[in-house]
Amino acid sequence: MPQIAQLAATYSSQIFWMLVFFGFTFFVVGRGMVPKVMETVAQRDKQIADDLFAAERARKQADEEEASWRARENANRAEAQALIADARGKAAAATADRLAAAQSVIDGTLAAAESRIAEACRSAAAEIEDVAADATRDIVSRVAGLSLDDSAVRSAVKENLVHG
Amino acid sequence: MAAEGKVDPMHQFSIHPLFGSDSWNIGGYNIAFTNSSLWMAIATVLLIVFVAGGAKRQLVPGRWQMAVETFTGFIDGMLAANVGPNGKKYVPYIFSLFMFILFANFLGLLPLGVFGLHAFTFTSHFSATGVLSILSFSIVIIVGLAKHKLHFFSLFVPHGTPVPMIPAIFVVELISFLVRPFSLGLRLFVAMMAGHVLLEVLSSFVISSGNASLGLFAIAGLPSFILMIGICALELLVAGIQAYVFALLTCVYLNDAENLH
Repeated sequence: MPQIAQLAATYSSQIFWMLVFFGFTFFVVGRGMVPKVMETVAQRDKQIADDLFAAERARKQADEEEASWRARENANRAEAQALIADARGKAAAATADRLAAAQSVIDGTLAAAESRIAEACRSAAAEIEDVAADATRDIVSRVAGLSLDDSAVRSAVKENLVHG
Repeated sequence: MAAEGKVDPMHQFSIHPLFGSDSWNIGGYNIAFTNSSLWMAIATVLLIVFVAGGAKRQLVPGRWQMAVETFTGFIDGMLAANVGPNGKKYVPYIFSLFMFILFANFLGLLPLGVFGLHAFTFTSHFSATGVLSILSFSIVIIVGLAKHKLHFFSLFVPHGTPVPMIPAIFVVELISFLVRPFSLGLRLFVAMMAGHVLLEVLSSFVISSGNASLGLFAIAGLPSFILMIGICALELLVAGIQAYVFALLTCVYLNDAENLH
């Protein structure tokens, strides 16, 4: 076993070079480079944490703005709806008023026209009676040579006009 | 050795000086630059390249940077879980320890023999792992004594120990504490050596049976070869796990020093 057989001859060399090279490694790598690497990692972790924090804050702010915008929007919408409803009510009332006025004018005109028609009918009927009575009397006097009483002719005509 | 078709499974662990550096010494202590030292140097250089490639400090990391950051994050998480917020300052040490052992283990497993090179696993030498374990243990003791002064020794007396039991418990706890550096270093050394010996023994079966006859190769060589493939995968796992265990146990011991019980 060379580890033991050569121990006496090599131990000082082994220890010396081990200390030299491990010491070199420790000071150059361990003390020189590792802190820089660790610092880089820490810096990156910090940056990531900061970025995440900023993003979170921005998100919260956006949420708040959206909420306030939504509230404003809802108020505006309600206001608009109220305006529309009001205008609609007013318009409906105005229309109803105008319709009523027009209706009353139309009703008046209709009533007048109907009474005029009734009047005309009545006078026309009376005239027809007169004309028919005269015609009847003339026909009777000419055909039969009878001179009939005016009222008798009129009642007979009326009876015939009514029962046709 | 090769002429007889035999493979010495321990030969891979032998250390030999390179570049005629046999006689280098400091105060009489030999510090020859050996193959073991060479692989320590290779592990160091590759680790520096790996981490430097990931230290580009980009906000959006590339793959390489992602890989390095995964490792630092892993070590950071391990210390946070085992030591708590006080553990942050040990990240450089634990990271170096974990990555150095991990690179050493993986480099030792590279099939460089195909290219005529010989990978050397210096973590299979307790003279190397011992340095790391004693380093970890020293840090634990220094931190413990600096932070808690003599109160640190209350570590050896768990809460709720009955008074008559304190001397006995103290001795038991002290022994278990003092065994730590040995268990830490030996565990890594044994695990790495065992795996490499096993691979070497199995490969010697493949070679010897292949040299002997085709029939022997079919019944002994081929199953050994298939087994080797599986064990190679297992060794890759062990290489990672042993580096993890070494770093994790150091974290656990540091927790004792930082927070007592």
